[in-house]
Amino acid sequence: MRVFWTLLKKEVSSAFLTPMAWVLLFFLLLLTGFNFYAGVSSLNHGPTEVTVVESFFNTVFFWFSFLLLFPLLTMRLFSEEYRTGTIELLMTAPVRDSQVVFAKFCGALVLYSALWLPTGLYFLIFWWQTHLQAAGAMGAYLGAYGLLFLMGMFYLSLGCLCSSLTRHQISAAVMTFCLVALFFFTGLLTFLSGQVGTLMKGIAVTFSPIDQMTQFSRGLYDTRAVVWYLVMTALCLFLTFQSLQARRWRG
Amino acid sequence: MITVQGLTKSYGTADAIRDLSFSVDQGEVVGFLGPNGAGKSTTMKILSGYLPADSGEVRVAGFDIFSDSLKARSRIGYLPENVPLYPEMRVGEYLAYRASLKGVRSRRIREKVEDAVQLCGLRNVQKQLVGTLSKGYRQRVGLADALVNEPDILILDEPTIGLDPNQIREVRALIKGLASRHTILLSSHILSEVEATCSRILIINKGRIVATGTPSELRQRTSVPLSGTIRLEILTESSSAALRELNSLPYISKATTLTESEGWVTYEISPRGEDPRLLLYEEAVRRGWKLRELSTREVPLEEIFSSFVPASPDQSATELQSPGNQPGAMS
Repeated sequence: MRVFWTLLKKEVSSAFLTPMAWVLLFFLLLLTGFNFYAGVSSLNHGPTEVTVVESFFNTVFFWFSFLLLFPLLTMRLFSEEYRTGTIELLMTAPVRDSQVVFAKFCGALVLYSALWLPTGLYFLIFWWQTHLQAAGAMGAYLGAYGLLFLMGMFYLSLGCLCSSLTRHQISAAVMTFCLVALFFFTGLLTFLSGQVGTLMKGIAVTFSPIDQMTQFSRGLYDTRAVVWYLVMTALCLFLTFQSLQARRWRG
Repeated sequence: MITVQGLTKSYGTADAIRDLSFSVDQGEVVGFLGPNGAGKSTTMKILSGYLPADSGEVRVAGFDIFSDSLKARSRIGYLPENVPLYPEMRVGEYLAYRASLKGVRSRRIREKVEDAVQLCGLRNVQKQLVGTLSKGYRQRVGLADALVNEPDILILDEPTIGLDPNQIREVRALIKGLASRHTILLSSHILSEVEATCSRILIINKGRIVATGTPSELRQRTSVPLSGTIRLEILTESSSAALRELNSLPYISKATTLTESEGWVTYEISPRGEDPRLLLYEEAVRRGWKLRELSTREVPLEEIFSSFVPASPDQSATELQSPGNQPGAMS
């Protein structure tokens, strides 16, 4: 356990020791800040059907910055260590491969959470300025941020897997982006509703992040989504562990 | 401390090492010597627990490196070739991280890092970023990392590669200083290095051990004459007459002229049997030669090495003589 904390601390601190974390934070807040501004100013154009929270979590700006985060956050995790050779130091220390995988994943998750946390300030500012609730109920905040966290887990673990497969950061980033996009855009299958059966359509809607977010940011939780993300995260981390071990054998 | 039995490892179809067996006892400093691509790094990667072998057994401090890997790994300090380090960390920070990773107790980390910093002469770069260090300092940080948890065994892969002559001397002195506390296995393709630091030498070529022994044992085992040769430098009027006379002496098997300038001639003499230096001195006095040098020359390890490892077009043994050679091969 102590080894895990040591590894985690190193992962998080080295992200903040390099400019990467700060650059990401800056641009994410810039994009989401604009997004929030757009959401609030739309209130000026008459009554809307959605709350500020719902509109914040369902715009192109939000999803775009969300999707771009994963390749950037995970591409260096393993690839960097393969390329510089530090993986050799790491894996000859008395450390289990599973600890390495889990620490790297958790490090990325901490960083991811740290990036989204400041966006909560927008809703605080909104309340402070207008004395109005940005959402219908507290459950909406919890739902939106909870789903953001769950989706983050799955997509970050996908990124871990991709990074563990190659020593080239860019290759890892491209693979991650493609896989994340593949899972993310399952919802687009509904556009093909003429051709596909109702079962496929049901699956597509259930697993489409956009539809899920619409539900969760209203405070309506779907346990199927929760289970889906937890199981997929575990699967990806298991595959990452296998890939790390296979790499040893290949030498 | 280290026992290796029938170790074999191949990358795809190419054999890196074949049926390697050797052992290293406690307190020994063993040099692993071979041309680039001989399988040194592969062997060291297996011993340190990074690569699994295809077959064979490795026991480190009594623990099997495959089945009891964590226990074995905690007894080893490993310095990989080319010393990979995290450039964004500070030296002290990095060593503390590594100590903690290797299971040093939290309240002892400071003290252990201090010791390692002291020992490796890193005091004045302790707060510097690893990425800004010179090659020599990087090497020392790597060494400090290897010994920060005071492991029983140090495995050092090419510890002086890429250093300038001063740094090489410093690192060698450092390794010699460590020999009293650790069992050391170090690899090198530079003979003088192994000769300067090691009590025993393993010569490896094309994945097999071709010779093992102390430097003096290896000298005895080769076809190169044991007693070496003698250099004789004299002032004489006719160098060829002197050469003829030398060759006619009963205790000399062969004399050849090496250099000749301003009347001073240097001969290389292979003696027949006993050390003939006293006889040669008397001969010089008798013939009125002015004598400037009369010395024996020990057989250098280079020659011993080439007698074990035949030079082939792609790996010539002569490249072993120059410490300036950099490895391109990753073996």
